[in-house]
Amino acid sequence: MGDENKPSQTPKLDELEKGPWPSFVREIKRAATKSPMARDLLGVLELSYEEKVGHWKHGGIVGVRGYGGGVIGRYSDVPEKFPNVAHFHTLRVNQPAGWFYRTEALRAICDLWERHGSGLTNLHGSTGDIILLGTRTEELESTFADLTKAGFDLGGSGSDVRTPSCCVGPARCEWACYDTLNFTYDITMHFQDELHRPAFPYKFKFKASGCPNDCVAAIARADLSIIGTWRDEIQIDQAALKEYTENGIDIQADVCERCPSQCMSWNGKELRIADEWCVKCMHCINAMPKALRPGQERGAVILIGSKAPIVQGAMLSSVLVPFMKMEPPYTELKELVGKILDLWSEEGKSRERVGEFIQRVGLGNFLEAIGLEPKPEMVAHPRENPYVFYEEYFEEEPEAASETEG
Amino acid sequence: MANPVTIEELSEAMYRMVKEATGVKKLKPTDLTKAMMEHFGPERCSKEACKEALRRLMDSGRCVYTYYGGSFVELPPEEGTEI
Ligand code: SF4
Ligand code: SF4
Repeated sequence: MGDENKPSQTPKLDELEKGPWPSFVREIKRAATKSPMARDLLGVLELSYEEKVGHWKHGGIVGVRGYGGGVIGRYSDVPEKFPNVAHFHTLRVNQPAGWFYRTEALRAICDLWERHGSGLTNLHGSTGDIILLGTRTEELESTFADLTKAGFDLGGSGSDVRTPSCCVGPARCEWACYDTLNFTYDITMHFQDELHRPAFPYKFKFKASGCPNDCVAAIARADLSIIGTWRDEIQIDQAALKEYTENGIDIQADVCERCPSQCMSWNGKELRIADEWCVKCMHCINAMPKALRPGQERGAVILIGSKAPIVQGAMLSSVLVPFMKMEPPYTELKELVGKILDLWSEEGKSRERVGEFIQRVGLGNFLEAIGLEPKPEMVAHPRENPYVFYEEYFEEEPEAASETEG
Repeated sequence: MANPVTIEELSEAMYRMVKEATGVKKLKPTDLTKAMMEHFGPERCSKEACKEALRRLMDSGRCVYTYYGGSFVELPPEEGTEI
């Protein structure tokens, strides 16, 4: 590095430095100027690109005392070539709700990671954790001790509650229909045992979005998605609408005609919304934020069953509870989750996510087992309701059929 | 609950089960809980007690969690054990 006449040791990785975008190779090279681990990481990666095979073995016996999550064991299968990455374990650190940090906190994490590991981080992993990449088994306990001293804890991994995450909510966003930050902190503390001590068939993710814009994509990625909503009327400021028209917004074409429910009407002076048809898509509110706001009776819709694996098998959530008030101490939600976790732990197969479990046992049976009444609003997506069955209708059918037979 | 089993007894029973299974079968935390409930019966042993007993067992360091595509409870590795 730095010597232009010397042939590059990592010609394949170098390709990934080209172009105007950020490059993880560039960052690893920067770290490699002071970290032998980062240096050997470049070597093992180049080898993998060259041979088109991975050189890591995962899993095994790594962790900190008492915890079953938060450390992902990783070993190199070519330790003789790259001894500094013979062990290259990852730590997942529970991020603060909404990813708000003081600079001192970030410095503390970076400093301790330079002392105990490769110095390489990934902020943030797809679940939301701070990811600390690359350390040795014998460094784990001391890293953990330093992390807790700095006020951090490990997050989830393996078959446990994964680190809950949420959007910035009311801290930065006027659309938040509940306090996502408080909620996320609260459930993280409530489910500490489940987060650190894996006891489920597979992982279980909570994600909390303050409104249907769903900035953390809870609907596609969480086993339990808690998405803010309202159940009264969208608040309209007719005077502010006038400003929008004066500034060139075509309310009819740009807003009303794009409403998926076609429940808005605009006569050039006044906007009316048939709120009973509104599907809370947020389009009109996003288009005219000064004039429209979510209603005042706010809470969240609880959805279940999504997952977003890398290779195949992605699933979207479906609605479990159409509206729930979201106020501390969130007893209703905690009790519901407790029942779901009990049932799934008892009856779920190994590596079966809760959404797959529900598909296997049937939605009706699942609802019965957790004691929820089916409701028409429990939709998989608009106009598809997988929970309500017309049993009586089917029971009557054979009789009706026999009458017409022959 | 009639004469409930103590957390210490439960922890010990779990430890023995893990030890006996070593090299034969990897046990999941739920295997331990189910076995304890069956062995001591629901009158003497609750899920909460099993949870607490497992927590104490893991905190003591006599057992560790491992991950092989799923999470298991095992004895700690001998010094220098490869995965
Ligand atoms: S999900 Fe809604 S409340 Fe949360 S940040 Fe996005 S727009 Fe704001
Ligand atoms: S939120 Fe969506 S569905 Fe509801 S009125 Fe606005 S555009 Fe229509």
